[in-house]
Amino acid sequence: MDLSFSEEQQLLRDSAERFVDQNCGTEYLRGLRDTEDGFSRDHWKTMAELGWLALPFAEDNGGLDGTPVDTLVLMEAFGRGLVVEPYLPTVILGGGVLQAAGSAAQIESMVEPIIEGNLLLAVGYAEPQARFDLFDVATTAAKDGDGYVLNGHKAVVIHGATADKIIISARTSGNRRDKDGISLFIVDSDASGLDKRPYPTVDGSRAAEIMLDNVKVGADALIGTEGQGLAPLEKAVDHAIAALCAEAVGAMKVLLDTTVEYTKTREQFGQPISRFQVLRHRMADMMMEYEQAKSMALVAALKVDSDDAEERRKAISGAKVQIGKSGKFVGQQAVQLHGGMGMTDELSVGHYFKRLTMIDVLFGNVDHHLKQFSAAA
Amino acid sequence: MDLSFSPEELAFQQEVREWVGANLPVDISEKVLGGGKVTKSDLKRWHKILFEKGWVAPAWPEEYGGTGWSAVQKYIFAEELTRAGAPELLGFSLKMVGPVIFTYGSEEQKAQHLPGILNGDVWWCQGYSEPGSGSDLASLKTKAVSDGDDYIINGTKIWTTGAHEADWIFCLVRTDDSGKKQEGISFLLFPMDLPGIEVSPIITIGGEHSVNQVFFTDVRVPKANRIGEENMGWTYAKFLLVNERNGIAQVGGKKRQLSRIKNLAATSEMAGGLLAEAPSYRQKITDAEIALMALEYSELRFLSGQKLDHAPGTEANMMKVAATQLQQTLSELFIEVAGYYGMPYDGFQDLTGSNEPSVIPDGAQGAMADHLYGRAATIYGGSNEIQRDVMAKVLLSI
Ligand SMILES: Cc1cc2nc3c(=O)[nH]c(=O)nc-3n(C[C@H](O)[C@H](O)[C@H](O)COP(=O)(O)OP(=O)(O)OC[C@H]3O[C@@H](n4cnc5c(N)ncnc54)[C@H](O)[C@@H]3O)c2cc1C
Repeated sequence: MDLSFSEEQQLLRDSAERFVDQNCGTEYLRGLRDTEDGFSRDHWKTMAELGWLALPFAEDNGGLDGTPVDTLVLMEAFGRGLVVEPYLPTVILGGGVLQAAGSAAQIESMVEPIIEGNLLLAVGYAEPQARFDLFDVATTAAKDGDGYVLNGHKAVVIHGATADKIIISARTSGNRRDKDGISLFIVDSDASGLDKRPYPTVDGSRAAEIMLDNVKVGADALIGTEGQGLAPLEKAVDHAIAALCAEAVGAMKVLLDTTVEYTKTREQFGQPISRFQVLRHRMADMMMEYEQAKSMALVAALKVDSDDAEERRKAISGAKVQIGKSGKFVGQQAVQLHGGMGMTDELSVGHYFKRLTMIDVLFGNVDHHLKQFSAAA
Repeated sequence: MDLSFSPEELAFQQEVREWVGANLPVDISEKVLGGGKVTKSDLKRWHKILFEKGWVAPAWPEEYGGTGWSAVQKYIFAEELTRAGAPELLGFSLKMVGPVIFTYGSEEQKAQHLPGILNGDVWWCQGYSEPGSGSDLASLKTKAVSDGDDYIINGTKIWTTGAHEADWIFCLVRTDDSGKKQEGISFLLFPMDLPGIEVSPIITIGGEHSVNQVFFTDVRVPKANRIGEENMGWTYAKFLLVNERNGIAQVGGKKRQLSRIKNLAATSEMAGGLLAEAPSYRQKITDAEIALMALEYSELRFLSGQKLDHAPGTEANMMKVAATQLQQTLSELFIEVAGYYGMPYDGFQDLTGSNEPSVIPDGAQGAMADHLYGRAATIYGGSNEIQRDVMAKVLLSI
């Protein structure tokens, strides 16, 4: 066993941290608030140039053959800088679905543009009634000649309004909560009948409601086998969860460091507030939470590709539970220990707190993954 | 001992319920019950309606405009108001500076200020905290230097809620820095439009503007605006803080939130059924409901005159911690129940730029805003860490 990072991974970490430290963080996020896209296309170009958009793709497809641990290294840096570029939806989720089930033609036509930074993806996996169940799909895809016609409502699609193509889960057969009968389709975002309703999310990112009203797609829009879309979707989502856990760890580290630093310089009652025992214990707890979250994020990255379904489920859901709990504690205490300053938009603390609040919900909150874990055991 | 209301109390409850039903403006109660934002003008309108009825300050002594009600009647009144969706009136005026003025103020000050506080014409803000003096409030540095019949004030206050909407400020200033820090503080009242006052907004994490930094540059305030004696301000300040924490339990508001959460859970689907039926949810909502019961009956016990075993009169410290913790538990549960639809948030701007209805379901409106701003509840009014220190020191004598 060896849990140390390779030299390449260290280099990736260094370059990613350098990039986010110079270009990202609270100021950059605030600058994006009034923009329509909600992220920087310049950053996206840079990420393409640095090879990050190619990281998890197979070498045969033009990628770098990166492992989930490589992704973890990158995402931790993203968490440190509050990066909101659509890496998760485009590369991890969208790219993940393509790699898991895409045809040779689909991979050939889409992966290269993704890697070059010319194609943005979003994945519509959630529906208003489904809560966190990926298999709860009411959106329908009915046969229409050679192709399909899609109808339904996809909820809170991350970066849904800026994506060039949206991967949609839709039901080709069965009942709303059947695990069989779900198919995945690539839909152009300007397809006729597709309506996008964009809005900001609490962390300063963007999402959209996607309405499908008789959207026609060809047979070549189907990803993988008809009716068998759940497995590749779950696989891509598990990769996204592992990546998200790493991002959360990066964010928690910033909060821990910032809080320790702040309490050492903030004086009340004639001394730095870091001298007060109750705050020392609180920060020791924050550190414990951070370290355990970090361990669990690593487990998720190491086991996300495991062939043992139980092992994979426990690693991913276990990590998501730990990240949800730790993120909540670290985020809330960071605000608390900063006093009034922690409540300001000006300081970074609140922004990280909000990002962690969002991460807890994405792909299912603590309760949801507790259930997944215990069902797998 | 008897928990039930007497026939007279029940009749009173009925009277209040009917009156509130007929007089609370529907647009205001809809905002309150639906998680909308209540503005100053909403609050003022409701304040004036209560004033006309003579019910604006039940907690005040009758001679100053109070109602002369028993503790139970006051409780019933507060309950009925929150049940109907009435917003909380401006605490800075009615709960804080008003009682200081009628307790420690001169006859002139009472005559000058109490009518405006009661009829809602004058809006107040609280100038206590400073950048260097938060938990350690007594270290405050804003200086008031004597100049004939006036003080000249220089310094700054921070986190001043509503300073941008206030007509007057009650302000702690340093009039002596030779001795113990608590012994050189004075309590001043002055209008916010004096020359030399500048208010600069501070935006909080939810994108809202409610707090400010206030700067004083050579602001001239007559000594006649001082409450009580020079250098005795700390006494009045502490009296006020106790009042600030009174009623902090806000049981009615929490009941309202609990039922909003339940309503949302009862209409949210999960696993093909309803979230309201999920065991993990039921455990959490039940926990919260029991905590709320404990809070309510603690408040009732203290209201009815029972005091803490240890140090009578300091119940407020305990209630503040218990209440704010529960408030945060409820707001977490609320966004948790909202699921993905807890996440859309446009506190800073409305990006859609359209008149389309919000994507957030009606039942979850305001949940995230509450959650974000609510983090401040364990910080302001004396942080919960400080409250626990006080409890240990004063209540437990350790
Ligand atoms: C939304 C909001 C509205 C407010 N409105 C007003 C207002 O209208 N008027 C007004 O005057 N003030 C107002 N305040 C200020 C509020 O009272 C202060 O924020 C509060 O007293 C804490 O002070 P601080 O922010 O300087 O934090 P600090 O005192 O710097 O505290 C930072 C952290 O250290 C902890 N700490 C400090 N001392 C100790 C100790 N001895 N032992 C253990 N822990 C300790 C605190 O609990 C906190 O967690 C408001 C604050 C907020 C956030």
